[in-house]
Amino acid sequence: MTTAADVSAADVPTPPRIARGTGLDRAFEILCFSAATFLLTALGGIVISLAIGGWPAFEAFGFGFFTSSNWDPVQEIYGAAGAVTGTLVTATLALLFALPLAFGIAIFLVELCPPILRRTIGTAVELLAGIPSIVYGMWGLFVFAPWFAKHVQMPIMMSVEPGSFWEKITAGVPNGAGILSASIILAIMILPFIAATTRELLLTIPPQVRESAYGLGSTTFEVITKVSLPYIRTGAIGAVMLGLGRALGETMAVTFIIGNSHGFPTSIFASGSTIASTIANEFAEATDRLHSASLIALGLVLFVITFAVLALARLLIGRQVHA
Amino acid sequence: MTVATGPRLSRRISEGVFLVFCWIATLVAVLALAAILWSLLSQGIGGLDLNIFTKSTPAPGSEGGLLNAILGSLMMCAVAMVAAVIVGILAGTWLSEFARDSYYGKVIRFLNDVLLSAPSILVGLFVYYILVAPLKGFSGFAGAVALALIAAPVITRTTEDVLRLQPVALREASVALGAPMWRTILAVIWKAARAGMLTGALLAFARISGETAPLLFTALNNQFLSLDLTKPTANLPVVIFNFALSAYDDWRRLAWAGAMLIAATVLTVTVVARILAREPNRS
Repeated sequence: MTTAADVSAADVPTPPRIARGTGLDRAFEILCFSAATFLLTALGGIVISLAIGGWPAFEAFGFGFFTSSNWDPVQEIYGAAGAVTGTLVTATLALLFALPLAFGIAIFLVELCPPILRRTIGTAVELLAGIPSIVYGMWGLFVFAPWFAKHVQMPIMMSVEPGSFWEKITAGVPNGAGILSASIILAIMILPFIAATTRELLLTIPPQVRESAYGLGSTTFEVITKVSLPYIRTGAIGAVMLGLGRALGETMAVTFIIGNSHGFPTSIFASGSTIASTIANEFAEATDRLHSASLIALGLVLFVITFAVLALARLLIGRQVHA
Repeated sequence: MTVATGPRLSRRISEGVFLVFCWIATLVAVLALAAILWSLLSQGIGGLDLNIFTKSTPAPGSEGGLLNAILGSLMMCAVAMVAAVIVGILAGTWLSEFARDSYYGKVIRFLNDVLLSAPSILVGLFVYYILVAPLKGFSGFAGAVALALIAAPVITRTTEDVLRLQPVALREASVALGAPMWRTILAVIWKAARAGMLTGALLAFARISGETAPLLFTALNNQFLSLDLTKPTANLPVVIFNFALSAYDDWRRLAWAGAMLIAATVLTVTVVARILAREPNRS
């Protein structure tokens, strides 16, 4: 016989707690507790130090700090709009490129991959995630950019009609560096993260669910789009947000290849800057107070944006998946 | 309208297009990895000679290596890892063994996950603000603190995950033998989970050994060989950054050699960590 108490106990998987002792037990618990609290303090410290350090910039420019794209260290005028736009544009473009590819890879690994290749390709994707940002930056600048300029930028810029809308958004110096190149490198960087998380999510789908769809005569395409993806929808959105969070805060690779010019990006081939690349380029050399305060204020803006995105991602993914 | 054959054909076409797309997507990722590794090898191998490990970073035009940067990176990573392993393992243990489903535990777990993927350059700004500016000087020590702050959340997360995988019966058996909680954790749970914990530490090391952004304005750089972590300290990522963007060919050559060294280290450590993670007591 199953009683009500049995059922509720079975519903809660939490293992029974072991009785707490005294003395050393208590000391050990406090030690562990302090370490956990230290992490909380570190995150709090980041917010507080950025807020205090950036305050002079907010005070000097007020709301204009966010609306002006004029970043002029000589005249000590700082506006964040150019860098913020650059950050949002590159991250969004990167996400657009990476998303279909990442889902394709995840689906390939779960549904299509010959078992003999599965481990190799899985490891390759993991290694792509492990390559340091600065290596992506060097590769982007010295290998990808020249290729991109010759085989993509030049043909496109030659073929667009003069005076058209397309000419406007593809204007720029065809040297391979710029907003679009940065977005493509970012896309390659976040690809493995989204793919790995989506793959783990796909593996959480009970086999019966997919098998019944196949049993009804569905094609793989139909199983994926009508059964699997709807099943993991929430988590998949979380995985995408996690990728977005990484793209927003990525520093070195972007610094190498975005061209580092201030102001609004006007075309996809134009050079630009992101919040992270501006800080990386200028902070060590920022000598006057307002310049470094403005850079720290930029950092606070980046923190707020990424915190919102990452927090949402974590809430959507939940804990069942390693990400 | 071909009612009978139309849908079937369109289904077959969409299926075909879809499958081809998945293959292409995977091919793109594998090709990207291959292209990057190939560039590293072809560009890096030329700069790789004994001088790299025996001489310090040169002035433009003269002969030199990366000895000071390699040593600086190793020292900073070592200090950072010691600190991060202590904090991370204790915090992970707290989350797994003590906090369980408490509200505070959930908050810490959530914030740790956020810290895990927070932009590393902000960690650099933070350390600049609390260590570099008040002490009026860049230092290798500040760089190590920044790296530790990046590594600690990784270790916390993996430690919690592997400790949670240990069966309750193991804990009960230890307690039944009369061991207090702390002995149970130290001698039984940690021991059972050690491969997983080592994996976490290796992944954290792989993560920080290539980190550049948090070192730009904490450790800065140093042209000379120095073992003093209270001074600006040379490190591979920042040297690569500076040399790669310079106009001198021999500096760029060193940057490629350095990039290859870092990538080789990170990828080797990642692969070792994955192999360790496949051991039975992790799964």
